[in-house]
Amino acid sequence: MGASLRVYKRRIRSVSATKKITRAMEMIAASRVVKAQRQVAASTPYASELTRAVTAVATGSTTQHPLTTEAEKPTRAALLLITSDRGLAGAYSSNVIKAADQLTERLKAEGKEVDAYIVGRKGVSYYSFRERKVVESWTGFTDNPTYADAKKIAAPLIEAVQKGASEGGADELHIVYTEFISMMTQNALDDRLLPLSLKRESADASEEKSTGEILPLFDFEPSAEDVLDALLPRYVESRIYNALLQAAASKHAATRRAMKSATDNAEELIKSLSRLANAARQAEITQEISEIVGGSAALADATAGSD
Amino acid sequence: MAELHVELVAADRQVWSGEASLVVARTSSGDIGVMPGHQPLLGVLQSGPVTIRTTGEGGDGTVVAAVHGGFISFADNKLSLLAEIAELSDEIDVQRAERALERAKSDADAAAERRADVRLRAVAGAH
Repeated sequence: MGASLRVYKRRIRSVSATKKITRAMEMIAASRVVKAQRQVAASTPYASELTRAVTAVATGSTTQHPLTTEAEKPTRAALLLITSDRGLAGAYSSNVIKAADQLTERLKAEGKEVDAYIVGRKGVSYYSFRERKVVESWTGFTDNPTYADAKKIAAPLIEAVQKGASEGGADELHIVYTEFISMMTQNALDDRLLPLSLKRESADASEEKSTGEILPLFDFEPSAEDVLDALLPRYVESRIYNALLQAAASKHAATRRAMKSATDNAEELIKSLSRLANAARQAEITQEISEIVGGSAALADATAGSD
Repeated sequence: MAELHVELVAADRQVWSGEASLVVARTSSGDIGVMPGHQPLLGVLQSGPVTIRTTGEGGDGTVVAAVHGGFISFADNKLSLLAEIAELSDEIDVQRAERALERAKSDADAAAERRADVRLRAVAGAH
């Protein structure tokens, strides 16, 4: 066998091994997306009931709360960035990090300092490579987040916002994550969680209930302040939980897509390599034939000459 | 008979939903019973068993759930119970809860002790 043919054969073997791996990863990611989507759906009743309750308190009382009042001159904002622990997901992590950078720029232009809180190893390594300060980071659960994880993340953030910037906390809380729209579309977006813009909440609620239902006057037990005190942290937790779940679903969808194109590329490569291998084999055969023909012609010439 | 619609939801799933004639839950200022046509209400729940007297096709019955913190909200004959953790009494593993109670008592872990206690009380209320 010729040298070039052997090289081609070897490359084809290695590419098809890679193809098998990427195909398997694609399948795994596809099954995980479905599971993650189901989790998002399962958490929706809680989130929507909670939103309803928050809207009810907001419209039914005039209570002021540190988590709903805007600071007069906000000077510091907390930013929660949700990335993934693992790569092999195309532009998933870089997209969401880019969105966080844009938001950071915008907040800085508004004269606010930005405190970064990061979920996921990809974001942590991005920030540490650039030697940016990270207040707190969490890793190890981005593929399959639980409500306890969301609680763990929410606690220091809520505490920071309750303290306010003057006491070393923050005035605002922004969250940057990847929204799961469909299997093919995921969108990196930023959202302000705190202070709660209750106007937007009630606008959402009125859209939801376009049937013209008016929220009734509520009786609070024990009091509107206490209810709000208990309700708002839960609301933030559930929003963070939802963001984590959506980010996980998006990550799996991005992995699936990246692995699908890797498999397709491997297929392409195998095809062109086997064409080259075929050509090399043909060339080898042609050469052998011409050598034989040339050899026998030389023999025939030699015998004819001796006669 | 008048009915109210109940949704019992935990943070990560819907635990129970259906029609009921009476729901008794424990708020921070005491037990509260909600019947159809109650005034709109929003309250903070304490850890404790929640009793739902059900109506509907399955006939009358009682559903008891252990609820760990959360909220009760009632409006338009729709009652929602929101809890970070909620379990129906049939889902609770009595032996495990008893073991957890023992362990919590020996570790002097007040939160774990209350959780186990609430679970056991919810199971006791079901029988």
